Parts: sequence; C-alpha cells; structure tokens
Amino acid sequence: MTGRARALLAAAAVLLALGATAGQPARSQALVADLTNHLIAITTGFTGTDVVLFGAIEGAGDVVVTVRGPETPVEVRRKERTAGIWLNRSDMTFANVPGFYSIASTRPIAQLARPEVLERYHIGIDHLDLAPIDPTDEVEQFREALIRNKQREGLFPSAVGNVTFVGNRLFRTTVAFPANVPTGSYQVAVFLIRNGQVQGAQTTPLLISQLGLSADIVEFAYRHALLYGVIAVAVAAMAGWLASVAFRRV
Amino acid sequence: MQVYLPIAEMSVNALVILALGGMVGFLSGLFGVGGGFLMTPLLIFVGVPPAVAVGTQSNQLVGASVTGVIGHWRRGNVDFRMGMVLLVGGLMGSLVGVWLFRVLRRAGHIDLVISLLYVILLGVVGGLMLAESVSALLRQRRKTAVRRKLHQHIWLHGLPLKMRFHKSRLYISAVVPLAIGVLGGMAVAILGVGGGFFMVPAMIYLLGMPTAMVPGTSLFQITFTTAAVTVLQAMTNHTVDAMLALLLLIGGVVGAQFGTRFGVSLRGEQMRALLALLVVGVCIKLFVDLAIQPDDVYSLVMSPPS
Repeated sequence: MTGRARALLAAAAVLLALGATAGQPARSQALVADLTNHLIAITTGFTGTDVVLFGAIEGAGDVVVTVRGPETPVEVRRKERTAGIWLNRSDMTFANVPGFYSIASTRPIAQLARPEVLERYHIGIDHLDLAPIDPTDEVEQFREALIRNKQREGLFPSAVGNVTFVGNRLFRTTVAFPANVPTGSYQVAVFLIRNGQVQGAQTTPLLISQLGLSADIVEFAYRHALLYGVIAVAVAAMAGWLASVAFRRV
Repeated sequence: MQVYLPIAEMSVNALVILALGGMVGFLSGLFGVGGGFLMTPLLIFVGVPPAVAVGTQSNQLVGASVTGVIGHWRRGNVDFRMGMVLLVGGLMGSLVGVWLFRVLRRAGHIDLVISLLYVILLGVVGGLMLAESVSALLRQRRKTAVRRKLHQHIWLHGLPLKMRFHKSRLYISAVVPLAIGVLGGMAVAILGVGGGFFMVPAMIYLLGMPTAMVPGTSLFQITFTTAAVTVLQAMTNHTVDAMLALLLLIGGVVGAQFGTRFGVSLRGEQMRALLALLVVGVCIKLFVDLAIQPDDVYSLVMSPPS
C-alpha cells in the first residue's frame, strides 16, 4: 500500500471515529488523531523516514503536534583554552533530555497561549523541562548549548513545522525522522488549543526499533558479547586469509 | 548505497566506507604500515563515534594483518620467537589499555588523550623518519655508502632475562621486546592503531633486528593483540561494529594489493620520505585542531558514565 493510500485510509478512520461518537459529550472527542504508521523499522537500508499524522477537530481552534523521543541524561561539556589547548573544563548534566523532539502547529505557538500553558504541556523547545541535576548560575548557557547541539544533529527542530487544515475539520502534518534518530518509545502528542487554553489532548505511542539483520546483530553483540567478539575476529581473519589466497600469484 | 551500521547507530554510504578502506589499504600496501593512524581519525571525521571507531578499527586490523603476516611468512621473514615475546607484552599492554580507556572515558578526557597521544607519537616518529630519510637521500647523492655493523649493542640489551633469537641473530634481554610489546598493546586499545608505526622503528633501532624480519614479526604480534583487543572491547564497551569492519576490510584488501604493486616502482628512501611527510602532515592537522578555537566550545555526551 502506498503512503498516500494509507494516509487517506487513516483520515477516513479518523472521521468515522469522530462521527461515531458524535452523540456523546462534546469535550472528550473534540480531537481525534492517528498516525499512518506506529512502528518505524530501522533496517540495513534506513536513511530516515516521514510519518504522516492525520486528525480532525470539532469546531474552531488550533492544533499543535509534538513528538518526544525516549529520555536520557545528557552531559554538556564546555571547553576552555588551557596552555594553548582547548580542554573540557566544566560540565553540567541534564536529567531528562528527549533523544528527539519535533513540533508542528497551525500558527506560531507564541500566539496560541501564555508561556505558562506552553510550559505545562512542554510545547516548543523553549518550554521543555530541561533541568540540570546540579544547577549553577550558568544553567542558561548550558541549556542553550544543549539545544544548539541537538539542533545541529537534527534531533531538535530549528523551526516549528506546519499543521495544515484540509477543509474545516481535518488536519494533517508530516513528521520527518532523520537517519540518526534514536531507537525507543516515542510519544506523539496532539493538542487542541482554543482561547489560550488546551481544550483537548491525545497522545499516541510510536515505536522506533531496529529490525531484521541489524537488530539481530545488536542483540547478539549485547547478549553474547564474548561470542560476538570471537566471531568478529574469526570473520576478519578469514577475510584476511582469503585475500592472501586470492592474490597469491600477484 | 546507504547501509545502517547497527552498533554505531548511524547510516553511512557503503561506497564512502569502501573507498576509505581502499585508500588507507593502498597506503598501507605501499608503505607496509597498518594505516590505523589514518583510519581512526578518518572514521571520526565521517561521523562514527570515536569509541566505535577505535573498537572497530582493531577488528579490521585483524584481517589486514593476517593477510600481511601470511605473505611475510611465505618468504620466511617472521621471527616467531621474538613475535611471541612481543605478543606476551602486547597482551599485557592491551589489558592495561582497555582498563585505562574506561578510566579516561569516565573522567571525560578520552578524546583529548587520544588526540594528544596521536600528536606526540606521530610527531616524534614522523620527525625521526623524515630526518633519517632526508639524510639517506642526501648521502646517496654524495655516493658515500657507509657500511654499518650488523647491529650495535646498547645498555638496554644487557638487562636481565637474556634470550637468544636465532632468526634475528640476536642475543639480548627479553625485557626490551616485552616493553615494546606492552606499548604496542596499549596503542591498539587506546588509539585503535596496530602500533606498527612506532614498533617498527623501535625494533630496528632499539632491538637491532634485521630490517627484513621486522614487518612480518610486528604483524605477527599485531594479529594477536588486535584479536584480543577486539574481544575485550566487544565484551566491556560493546564498541565493535562488525558490519563497518567488514566494509573497511573489503576496501582495504583490494587497496593494499594496488599499493604493494605501486610500491615496487618506488625507491626505498623516497618511499620512507613520503610516509614521513604523511605522518607529519596528520600530526600537524591534529595539533591545529586542538589549538584553534572549536566552532562550538560546548559538546554533548549522550549517556554519561554513572
């Protein structure tokens, strides 16, 4: 099935879901959304991928979509010139840094709600809960450096993406995952914002995982580390021996 | 052709990796060195995490040195007794090296130590080689061939544990080759190089081995130390990417054959001078990288050691 056909089907499913529950209290199904794909398989030929998110809202309002990757601690290090050489002299560790973050919105997010509201739902890179374990008075510099480095790796967005309306109720957006995207469980959150308040929210899980040969290699490398090392050596030695046989008469 | 490297967790162009392997293989075939000192910085430059570059490089070196050692063995140019002594040192050195690697990584200075060691080693070795080959070229021009003794005895050879090495026609203390082996093993673990570029001069000038015996014997030692380090790295740091190693190996094997053939048409002194220039060039590049201000003085480490 092509991506386009899948997206259309998803859109149809979303509309059906919205219609089926039309008789119940409006607030709970003010927002329905789904992804065209809940599993991104990283195989040997993986070069990044796009996932389409489709949804529908009841009535007017703005839609914001955020994608958060698995959280890990990240250490930010700063180099200083010492005896003519640039050395790592100070560092700060941030506890819960999403390995990937992206955001898309129907309008610039600053126009949608007050910073406190955006802060509460972690909407926008300036409102992520990036808290250092041992804060000093240089937190801001380190936090900016963290975001800047993540942006350079393509794992944090440099700009807010577009959520576009198809008709009045139906919206769509495309989330682009780069080739270096970390594996793990992702949370895709969709917010309906009206009059400066979040009126509805829905989170959908998304799994990014290595599959096939490359996944087997990783699992083997960790579970049977000794055997993996021995086999890696044997394969290399075999290749070296084959080469010496092949080029013997040269 | 994109290939996803499972351990490095990144997507690379297989043709780029094959070309890198081929290029370094060509140089190693030409000069008779492993080429690790070029390959590790190049891999890091392509975006492979330094730890994975070092771990994978040791795996690739196993294959490359097996090819080399078989070739030298067929010509009878391997001193197995000397090789075993070097190997014992090499295994001790690689254990220390893998341990040191972990300690330095925890302290956050592994990248600096790797770069500084490269600068010092390449600077000293490259400088000595350059001076030696330039004076050899000059001497040749004056056509005053100086006949040297078989080898000169220095105080190091008089240390305890004297051993006889028939093939190399040496009777010297085993402590010296053992120490050279230890340094070689540490170089494999910390720098991801075979160590040939400083073991070879050490074996010629410190041990006084016949020059023809040196490459085969050092390759014999390198084969087993790199194998040991690969297994140790796979077990302790999980930094051996077999897919990457295989791609490098395929490129390297083909490149080395062309290098060897091309090398026949070059004179020994010219070749040594070229290699010296290459070594000094890499050294200067690494030093400049340390001395000039980086684009961003901040950097990230994904999973800080606990």
